[in-house]
Amino acid sequence: MKPSPLDYTRASSLDHVVELLANATDETRIIAGGQSLGPLLNLRLASPRRLIDISHIDELRRARIEGTDLAIGPCVTHAQVEDGELPDVTHGLMQHVARGIAYRAVRNRGTIGGSLAHADPAADWIATMAALGARVQLRGCRDERVLEIEELINGPLSTVIAPDEVITSIRVPRLSSGARWGHSKFARKLGDFADSMAIVVVDRDRSFVSGVLARRAEPPARLPRMIAALTAPDLQGAIDDAIDSDLKSLRIEAEDVRLHRAMIRRATREATR
Amino acid sequence: MSGFGIGASLPRLEDDRFLNGRGQFCSDIFLPGMLHAAFVRSPHAHARILRVKKPAGLERQVFAAADLAGVGRIRSTATLPGFKPSDWPVLANDKVRHVGEPIAMALGSSAAEAEDIAALVEVEFEELPAVVSMWDALKADAPLVHDDWGNNVLVELKLEGGDLARAKAAAAHVVERSFRMNRQHPLTLEGRGCVASYDGRLDELVVHVSHQLPVPLQIGLAQVLGMSQRRLRVIAPDVGASFGLKSYVESETVCVAWAAAELRKPVRWIQDRYESLVCDANCRDYHCKITAYADATGRVLGMECDVIVDSGAYSPWPWPAGIEGGLAMGNMQGCYDIRAFRGRAVNVVSNKPAGQPFRGVARPLSCCGHEVLMDAVADAVGIDPLEVRLRNFVQPEQMPYTSITKKMIDSGDYPTALKRAAAMIDLPAIRNRQRNPETDGRLIGVGFACFYEQTAYGTGPFGYSAWGIELVPGMEPAVARLTGDGELIIEVGSHSHGQGHETVFAQVAHEILGIDPHKVSVRFGDTSTSPAGTGTYTSRSMVTTGGAVAEACRALQAPIAKIGAHLLQCKEDDVQIRGGRVVGPSGNVELAAIGRAWYHHPEELPDGLDPTGLTATAGHKAHDPGVFAYSAHAAVVAVDPETGGVEILDYAIVADCGKRVNPLLVEGQIVGGFSNGLGNALYEESTYDELGQPTATTLADYTAPTAPSMPDLKLEFIETPSPFAAFGMKGIGENGAIGPPAAIANAVNDALRPLGVAIFETPITAHRVRAAIATARPKARS
Repeated sequence: MKPSPLDYTRASSLDHVVELLANATDETRIIAGGQSLGPLLNLRLASPRRLIDISHIDELRRARIEGTDLAIGPCVTHAQVEDGELPDVTHGLMQHVARGIAYRAVRNRGTIGGSLAHADPAADWIATMAALGARVQLRGCRDERVLEIEELINGPLSTVIAPDEVITSIRVPRLSSGARWGHSKFARKLGDFADSMAIVVVDRDRSFVSGVLARRAEPPARLPRMIAALTAPDLQGAIDDAIDSDLKSLRIEAEDVRLHRAMIRRATREATR
Repeated sequence: MSGFGIGASLPRLEDDRFLNGRGQFCSDIFLPGMLHAAFVRSPHAHARILRVKKPAGLERQVFAAADLAGVGRIRSTATLPGFKPSDWPVLANDKVRHVGEPIAMALGSSAAEAEDIAALVEVEFEELPAVVSMWDALKADAPLVHDDWGNNVLVELKLEGGDLARAKAAAAHVVERSFRMNRQHPLTLEGRGCVASYDGRLDELVVHVSHQLPVPLQIGLAQVLGMSQRRLRVIAPDVGASFGLKSYVESETVCVAWAAAELRKPVRWIQDRYESLVCDANCRDYHCKITAYADATGRVLGMECDVIVDSGAYSPWPWPAGIEGGLAMGNMQGCYDIRAFRGRAVNVVSNKPAGQPFRGVARPLSCCGHEVLMDAVADAVGIDPLEVRLRNFVQPEQMPYTSITKKMIDSGDYPTALKRAAAMIDLPAIRNRQRNPETDGRLIGVGFACFYEQTAYGTGPFGYSAWGIELVPGMEPAVARLTGDGELIIEVGSHSHGQGHETVFAQVAHEILGIDPHKVSVRFGDTSTSPAGTGTYTSRSMVTTGGAVAEACRALQAPIAKIGAHLLQCKEDDVQIRGGRVVGPSGNVELAAIGRAWYHHPEELPDGLDPTGLTATAGHKAHDPGVFAYSAHAAVVAVDPETGGVEILDYAIVADCGKRVNPLLVEGQIVGGFSNGLGNALYEESTYDELGQPTATTLADYTAPTAPSMPDLKLEFIETPSPFAAFGMKGIGENGAIGPPAAIANAVNDALRPLGVAIFETPITAHRVRAAIATARPKARS
């Protein structure tokens, strides 16, 4: 299929984007890599009147260290992460995740910012960024704001990003040297969206322990009891029970509980080994 | 010039153009002033059409059923008792019977404009309850897909042989299994499409179409369009796979061809993947219940089977939907010596797209039926699945063998094939490994699948001709023409859409005439220039068209030898044609000298030469019962009981397609067929919700195997030449696709055995494995 008629503008700078976004409505969409929006346009599931292409803006395609964070431009591609072009502040977690996103052809064009803004719950970056405690910086016509991943995501395919806002960077905190992570993903086949993905980050020097479960059709879930069990060393033996307790609160179909439990246990084991 | 003939692994000659982007597919064809078509399609599975409203000002660019003057319905018939032909309207006018059924065609100056116009067409519907599953279709109070049918049964077939009562009475074990093979999409790399134009000079409608059967399509399309076949030229250019999909008279092609003739303008329609997944004919969608009556040693004395095929809303032309049930039932006894049989096959209609034969056609179900049953018998008797098969096989010394279902198997050695496959996966080592738990908690299983494939069958008396369907396989022609420079043009009636005909037919020519295959052009796919054959299906082209090419090349030997002997001033009996030359006792001439003499220096020709000259037409009539290829598959899988994921650890295939013309291409056919079979076994499913809405409409939802899904197959071959085909060949096109669902299902169930659960449904998705384990666990504990 072909997209509905629309106006297309290639933005030349961040300021240009903001200028173009002035008075923007729901009819305006930003496009970067186009790996999710492209098919939606062609299937006419999305029919915006106007597309603003930000993929050619150099300042949005860079990543740099800012204080204790790595600030990643939203147009950095999965391939750039996979190829190790970014400073590694996550002991290889982001590189590992990037390698498992779809296929190289998708990774060559697909962007981190696009993935977060599209907010497919089964996509890799939302859960990864949530697990890393990353924050997303947005700029609108009037002001800027910084949001946690949970604040950004409303639900499946839905965010709080206003029509006149654009993601300007994703801020990933640097893990300390002793930090460990675990990542376990199950998809129907290589390159598919995950049926289940668990990410556990244990960074005791920063007193940061997190665990996130990503599924299809549901926003990523934090695993508070599992995190509590991991945080208190004397409760180590109770981790499996804590995981079961977290899963119970998520109300999941019986046959899927096995899968999610396995993913969380495997990620936890990897992060605490 | 050795190493090019029969038996040589010559790399494909056509790959040069495919790999260098010079292939020419339908969507590469652009004609001046071309219009683009888009279709208004039904959003409902079952509804009455109350009104079609064309957008104001664009009425002349939109065509509904009433506008297609002179166009008939697609009616695919059979003479089977009780068979109900469906009247398939090219554009729906009274009812729509599946989501995606075309209702109107919009034409624009670009595909986007055509889609914009199509989106403006308003259709009012009265929704009707939909028949979504085969079980719904069979209910007494089911809605009727075709109002005047009285029920949703398209045809019911029965087949009996031997003394089943005696088998039942003598049985020490009675085992029964059911197997469900869900609906799939054929998923060709290139979708369907066509470009039609009108040639005023020849008063001819030219239809370029992505199709596997251009010659039958000319017949069927002419029928529906109500025009003479001589005024309709069908050209199937390069075609990016078909697997059976692109072998029917498609509504879209009829509409586009009609518009090109009516408007005297070229019209193009190239479908996209969404349209393909929603609207194309589908495949599979079978269920069978099978029962074995076995003696105490595991010898199966009798078998019963009950097959249901959900054929979708319509019967495609030329192959009506009923043949799938007949094929599934008629091959259910497999390669086993079973002497009593009772089968029933019911084909039902539903509010889903038409069912269409797909690589393997119904045999994957037969294979699952007899192979799952063999494992069940082994289990009941307490012997290894390998052993139960060895005890039941038709033995090599019984060949030729007529099965209880009247299949006349020409040759083969099933026990050797299975024993070799078992050795290739090191069965004893796997059985040993199964005794101890795996460190990663996964479960290991082994599964076998043994089957024959009836290939390249002929006109009668069983199968297509007995069913009286629209296209019965017959003779295949070939024309061989030596050119003035001593090279060769071969024209054939069967199309190649991935098979490698351009290579293998050139190899056959080399075998007969010694001509370098690189100097041979193999042409097909254009009804104006190709001889008319029935085409590529039932794994028949190598045997039938290949046989015809051999005959045509042989027919060229006499004039070549005669002219060559004359030029060499020796006796005809003293010359040989070899290495692209005519070789005499004291000298030789190149084929170019023969061509030169014939085409521009007839004064140099000998007297008394047959004036037909250097063009030979020959044909091949297939051995009516066909020639029987077979395979033994052995799968080793690891099942993760937590995720439900299935990994293929090892997979061995021993295949016998008689003499292999090109072992490299045979291997390619098996590996490619395996990827279809792997999709069938583990991944592919066209899902529908309870309203009949398709829910796998993009490749994000329709999961098909990709390169990383493929195991490193171990292949070995047995070459038992068929006594009934040129060079002893047998067909191999579908073989690889038939075995994997059965072998993998048996392996998964072998792995799941410690948990006391089993899965008899494909695809065996991780979700299905987890669901099976989840339901069984509580029982196992109690």
